[in-house]
Amino acid sequence: MNRTFSPLILAALLIFLIGPFLIIVAASLSAGDTLTFPPQGLSLRWIAKVFTVESFRDSFIMSMILAVGGTFLALLLGVPAAYALSRYKLPFGEVVNTIVTLPIIVPGIIVGLALLRYVVVPFSFSIGIALFLAHTALVLPYTVRVVSSSFNNLRSDMEEAAVLLGATRLGAFFKVVLPNIQSGILAAFILGFVTSFNQVPVSLFLSGPGVRTLPIDMLSYMETTYDPSVAALSALLALMSIGIVFLAERFLGFSRYV
Amino acid sequence: MSDRAFLSLENLTLSYGNSIAVNKFNLDIRKGELVAFLGPSGCGKTTTMRSIAGLLNPTSGRITLDGTDITRVSANKRNVGLVFQSYALFPHLTVYENVAFGLRLKRMADADINARVTAGIKSVGLAALSGRKPAELSGGQQQRVALARSMVMEPKVLLLDEPLSNLDARLRVEMRAELQRVQKETGITMIFVTHDQAEALSLADRIVVMRNGLIEQVGTPEEIYNNPVSAFVADFVGFENVFALKDGKLATPGGAVALSEALPGNAAGFAWRPAGVVLDTGPFQGKVKSVSFTGNLREYLLDTPLGPITAEVSAALPVHDLGTELAFDLPLKAAAPLQRFA
Ligand SMILES: Nc1ncnc2c1ncn2[C@@H]1O[C@H](COP(=O)(O)OP(=O)(O)OP(=O)(O)O)[C@@H](O)[C@H]1O
Ligand SMILES: [Mg+2]
Repeated sequence: MNRTFSPLILAALLIFLIGPFLIIVAASLSAGDTLTFPPQGLSLRWIAKVFTVESFRDSFIMSMILAVGGTFLALLLGVPAAYALSRYKLPFGEVVNTIVTLPIIVPGIIVGLALLRYVVVPFSFSIGIALFLAHTALVLPYTVRVVSSSFNNLRSDMEEAAVLLGATRLGAFFKVVLPNIQSGILAAFILGFVTSFNQVPVSLFLSGPGVRTLPIDMLSYMETTYDPSVAALSALLALMSIGIVFLAERFLGFSRYV
Repeated sequence: MSDRAFLSLENLTLSYGNSIAVNKFNLDIRKGELVAFLGPSGCGKTTTMRSIAGLLNPTSGRITLDGTDITRVSANKRNVGLVFQSYALFPHLTVYENVAFGLRLKRMADADINARVTAGIKSVGLAALSGRKPAELSGGQQQRVALARSMVMEPKVLLLDEPLSNLDARLRVEMRAELQRVQKETGITMIFVTHDQAEALSLADRIVVMRNGLIEQVGTPEEIYNNPVSAFVADFVGFENVFALKDGKLATPGGAVALSEALPGNAAGFAWRPAGVVLDTGPFQGKVKSVSFTGNLREYLLDTPLGPITAEVSAALPVHDLGTELAFDLPLKAAAPLQRFA
């Protein structure tokens, strides 16, 4: 952290970053019937209610499937891509690198609109599959980046040593490369999971009957019902994210990769 | 032991993209021989090793091992071991598992693996550390693990890229002896790379001096040490006073200089070790520019009409001060004639 930051600026920054989270947590503990801050009395009833709303359960499962499955697919594509990019001087390596990074730069709203307008509608493509592929594409850049940095930190002569001891190239990859980038892959998975889970703009366009992610569901819930259960759900999700990142940092030194 | 070549490199040319790193390399190595590649940084030692191991495809030329052309055989089928300059140990495996890696791939019985690995680790003096991970070892210990890992595979040829460079002076001498013992015991054919002429001289059966991707000279340590063929080799093995020969005279910065004895005209140059220069008497004059004490000897750097001359005399003799004018001689009997100067 920069030394020139005065404690005052630091405090302001922390309030700015953590403040909304604290307000949400406080609002979710309200005993009143509407979403207000400061809360009117304290109770856990809105937190309890979150677990009884059926659409929350369904969209949570949908978000989990997208986040876990999409990230898994992104890793399946991203790990070999990152490997090739870091080990070989590919003729179009730079181009591939740029294309893979595009989804980070292009606003999600454009990606979502484009997918809906030019893929789903004209080809009557299943919205669920489109949503899944969109999440995969959004997560892919993160997996490629994070795993690439693991590969770059791993000297290539280890694989050569394995080959000279009788391993095939593929065998060397599984026996000596993968075990040494495990934590990079896990870090990529967590980053991808969180990115996908919190994704709104793309999912907004690719929602339909029975296909709705949790953040989108929360938005539409709020349009009709203005009770603190949304705040309660937000607080729970934030805690889940914090928990995951905390564990990742604790066991993997997550911040090395991001 | 046959005189027939066991490993032979024929017209081997190796390049990275368009730049040629090793050019038309020709070398025959006998079975059981210990050969040193000696040369300055960037001369192509590692590149040559990598091509023998199969990690680099030659642009042209042929590699034959034990009667078989292996030029196009893939690296994992050559049975050539390589100890990397950077060790290249597997960080996630213990010392034991690193050494066992290749044997496991061969699907040997566990008991056999255990016997070989244990013996291998013991022979490099790491029995007590076999449960450690590479990150918990010193550089020298890692190097020894890398050595054991290759040795247990009983390769036909073992290539060692600067195997002793990371050891301290005492351990280096120990490992030198160790390497020599293992080599004599197993009769394994070895090529090792070194920058260090003392190491090459003391270890090798034969030395290959390389320069800019070309072989400069191949010979026994005695041949290389006493009869360098070129100014480059002479300089590399400690002849610090090297002169080209022109019309029977030494070509020096101060013009052509005749020695007291007639010089044979068939040599391209002459070289003297510092110890070969005679001080305090002789036809030439030089001014003492620096003096350094090296234990038994005292080394003088003289500023002379022949250019800078380095001379070494017993440290027991009285010291000459800086700036003193000294007489010196370059006796023909101490000179090494060079076949090539450039
Ligand atoms: N991967 C590479 N790509 C391009 N050029 C290379 C590569 N590796 C080596 N070279 C070049 O090939 C030449 C020979 O390199 P090599 O590594 O064989 O030298 P070396 O004799 O082993 O040197 P050192 O004693 O420093 O290890 C050098 O000029 C080097 O710059
Ligand atoms: Mg080298």
